[in-house]
Amino acid sequence: MTVTVLAVDDSRTMRDMIRMSLVPAGFQVHLAEDGVHGVEVLRDIAPDAIITDINMPRMDGFGFIDAVRQQDTHRATPILVLTTESAPELKQRARSAGATGWIVKPFDPEKLVKALTLVTG
Amino acid sequence: MTDTNDPMAEIRASFFIECEELLEALQDGLQQLEDGADDPETINVVFRAVHSIKGGAGAFGLEPLVRFAHRYETVLDEVRAGRLHADAEAQKVFFQAADHLSDLVRTCRDGSDIDEAAGEALVDALNAFLGDEEEEEVTAEDFQPLRVSFDLDLPAVEESGSAPTFRVVFRPGQELFATGNEPQKLLRNLAALGATDITCDTSTLPRLQELAPETPYFTWTAIVDAEIDEAEIRAVFEFVEGLCDLEITRTDTSNAPDIDLPPLPDPQPEAVPEQSGAEDPPENAADPETPVPVAPAPAEPSRKQTPTAASSGAKSIVRVDLERIERLVNLVGELVINQAMLAQSLDQAGLSPHSDAMNGLEEFQRLTRDIQDSVMMIRAQPVKSLFQRMSRIVREASAAVRKDVRLIAEGEATEVDKTVIERLADPLTHMIRNAVDHGLEQTENRIATNKNPVGEIRLTAAHRSGRVFIEVADDGAGINRPRVLSIAKSKGLISQDAVLSDGEIDNLLFLPGFSTASEISDLSGRGVGMDVVKTSIQQLGGRITIQSEKGKGTKFSISLPLTLAVLDGMVINVAGETLVLPLNVVVETLSVGPDDVQMLRPGAYVVRVRGGFVPLYDLGVMLGYRSPRESQDGAIVLLISLEDGARAALVIDGIQDQRQVVIKGLDDSFYRAPGIAAATILGDGRIALILDPADIIAASGQTPMPDIAQMESLIANE
Amino acid sequence: MNELTNTSALELLTFRVADQEYSLDIMSVREIRGWTRTTPMPHAPDYMRGVINLRGTVLPVMDLARRLNLGARETTDRNVIIVVKLGDTLTGLLVDAVSDIVAMTEDDLQPPPDLASDPQMSVVRALTVIDERLVRVLDLASVVPSLTEDAA
Repeated sequence: MTVTVLAVDDSRTMRDMIRMSLVPAGFQVHLAEDGVHGVEVLRDIAPDAIITDINMPRMDGFGFIDAVRQQDTHRATPILVLTTESAPELKQRARSAGATGWIVKPFDPEKLVKALTLVTG
Repeated sequence: MTDTNDPMAEIRASFFIECEELLEALQDGLQQLEDGADDPETINVVFRAVHSIKGGAGAFGLEPLVRFAHRYETVLDEVRAGRLHADAEAQKVFFQAADHLSDLVRTCRDGSDIDEAAGEALVDALNAFLGDEEEEEVTAEDFQPLRVSFDLDLPAVEESGSAPTFRVVFRPGQELFATGNEPQKLLRNLAALGATDITCDTSTLPRLQELAPETPYFTWTAIVDAEIDEAEIRAVFEFVEGLCDLEITRTDTSNAPDIDLPPLPDPQPEAVPEQSGAEDPPENAADPETPVPVAPAPAEPSRKQTPTAASSGAKSIVRVDLERIERLVNLVGELVINQAMLAQSLDQAGLSPHSDAMNGLEEFQRLTRDIQDSVMMIRAQPVKSLFQRMSRIVREASAAVRKDVRLIAEGEATEVDKTVIERLADPLTHMIRNAVDHGLEQTENRIATNKNPVGEIRLTAAHRSGRVFIEVADDGAGINRPRVLSIAKSKGLISQDAVLSDGEIDNLLFLPGFSTASEISDLSGRGVGMDVVKTSIQQLGGRITIQSEKGKGTKFSISLPLTLAVLDGMVINVAGETLVLPLNVVVETLSVGPDDVQMLRPGAYVVRVRGGFVPLYDLGVMLGYRSPRESQDGAIVLLISLEDGARAALVIDGIQDQRQVVIKGLDDSFYRAPGIAAATILGDGRIALILDPADIIAASGQTPMPDIAQMESLIANE
Repeated sequence: MNELTNTSALELLTFRVADQEYSLDIMSVREIRGWTRTTPMPHAPDYMRGVINLRGTVLPVMDLARRLNLGARETTDRNVIIVVKLGDTLTGLLVDAVSDIVAMTEDDLQPPPDLASDPQMSVVRALTVIDERLVRVLDLASVVPSLTEDAA
């Protein structure tokens, strides 16, 4: 069974990194460039997990998580937040916004897969 | 993984391309801040640009870049949060930080050296915006540009030989579900670590009618008997730390009390341990401790799956190897030639202009033009990035010579062939430095002459008649002509008794080895003169001219071809050779009578054109193809117009054709012919050289060009 | 060049220029083509014969006899152009005729006599004997002058 992941990041490099890390590991990867775009993409797919950046134009990561959690379909979908800071404060903020877990940048493919495995089982 | 096809290397390259875009956005944002924008989105854009650079840099372990970007970002975040006001002083530091960031990006990309002192000074300047306390926190622990893994650095407990045994008791809290975490998945991960026995205490489960959805009632207990340490078990629960009760106790040899409870519904334990070797997934399989993604069942039954390609909603931008585009450009060039030849033969066949063939040809010509335009557009880029680099040069140069300078950039959207833009950077940099250093006066001199103390440099780009014009104009004192003249004489560049017009004196600046600064300044006097600038521009098929007015300023104008690929040319014959003259320089064909040509002195002729006189050059002689003729009677003469408005007449042997030619670069690695801009391949496969008339005249040794007024007075004196 | 025994194999393309035999490492040779009329470059040095069309690119052609100061010679249809690649650039070398391709090892090469003043020898990297004939092995980098080097 293929695990489907939606990754939302405004940086092309990050999107490329995520795709490159996950596709060889057997994930099916969908990409979006910001929160608004991510919500649009979610109309058509039901990913097993979502990865999102925080700082993005139009709709940031917190807004995006909020929007996702409000939809019944995606209410329980695991959401991992990409964060460059390992500060506990940020994790707490992400969690209270409804994030399932976090990935501290910089990440490598192994780390990303590991984090996804944690939340998708 | 081979070097040639390393996806990481590819992403790294793409990261640096993205960096250029982000740096551009950063410059734009800072510029808007400077122009008075104070909306949150502007500072957000600035922040995000730095943030994204930091993120990518971290992924590639580019520590200096990460470190500096982090510091910069921290300060920007203060502005974003409204705790710091971005006043003029702060903006100045932000600009400098942006410049330094851009240096760091290039350093990391090219592996070149960086000015560390400048970086440290900037870090200090940035720190000054932060409170002491914050700074400490930041440096101490917040960001460590290490590739942190989930594993904590706890000593492994494996020496004992026998595997340790852990008893894990896990009781989810209410909030655990709100964050999209699921006990089942966590336990499955635990099983993947080697949990042998997972039991569930359902005793707290209320009766069905009392059951509240999404309220945790269960407590799970698992026995983990594997070659792992506690940290690895904790890592499984990393995301739910604080959202559950978790007890991990080491029991080792003694078996945990076996509570007889129904097992977890679907732990799939048999599918899990040591599966890494089974199908050899790439990369991550290297670490035996890494749980391999275990084809887990999705949370919900799989629904409609859109294809990845369609949903990767990134802008439809394709990165293409420039070589491929060049090949396409060349092919289109050949198509243009081919079309022209076909048109010629159809024409010669005497077909009716209304015949199908002629109509089809017309359509073919239109399509060819369209294709050509589209292909050229692929390589076209706005000059904006180039201009942004120049604004930095102005900042740095003006700081170095302590002048207040404002750069006004106009026409940033003007599109020019990418290759041209790249090769313009060096000459333009030099011109800008020159303008700051030599063009503009010291502030006190400006004040003394009632000028705005802030000097102004105007950098403009525009399209005009199929060419690109770029101008660098300063509002300085203008060229000090008496001084230029005396320097040229003292250096033996011109004879002591030479009498030159203003325009000729200005053009002395382009002579090799000329430098007006009496002492070589740090800034522009690194042994590179305007002659080098001129050569670079000429190699691009362009031309540079100079205009200066005393007390008002100096303007350098560069004119460049839009593309380096195709040219409208006049095919001519000279001394048995076939040559191409750019059509845009040809004004008209002159019929010259015996009385129209006059000799100024042996070898120097002028031709009468509607009452005036224009210098006459025999192209065959100038190119060294033949010796001078006795008389120019009956010669075919082309009147040409040069960039600076001057005119000249060229003696040729015949005109073959007017048509588009494909420009082929000349490899000038071991010989560069003066007056030859490029070459083209004719219909018969032979190579014809494309002439640069201004360069021919300049290279003829009669530099600078005889001034028309001067010649007229000479003739009048005869 | 390594002083010790060097048995690495190489192949030489031998050719005649002004009745002397020269050779080049075959690795630097891209192709050999018949003489076609060149388009002369204005004010070029005399050894620079001009440019020809090599499948759509402009190939500069150097007269090797003149380059080696062996005197000007009549060019006929029997002359050939050896297209060589040095770095990223292609250059055509006009020679009288191509003779042979000879396999040998670095050991078969002898250093040229130290005649620094002899311009003909300054571009020769080694000498060798093939069928009892002396063959000069050209150092391509010094045959094809570079503008940047000249400027330095």
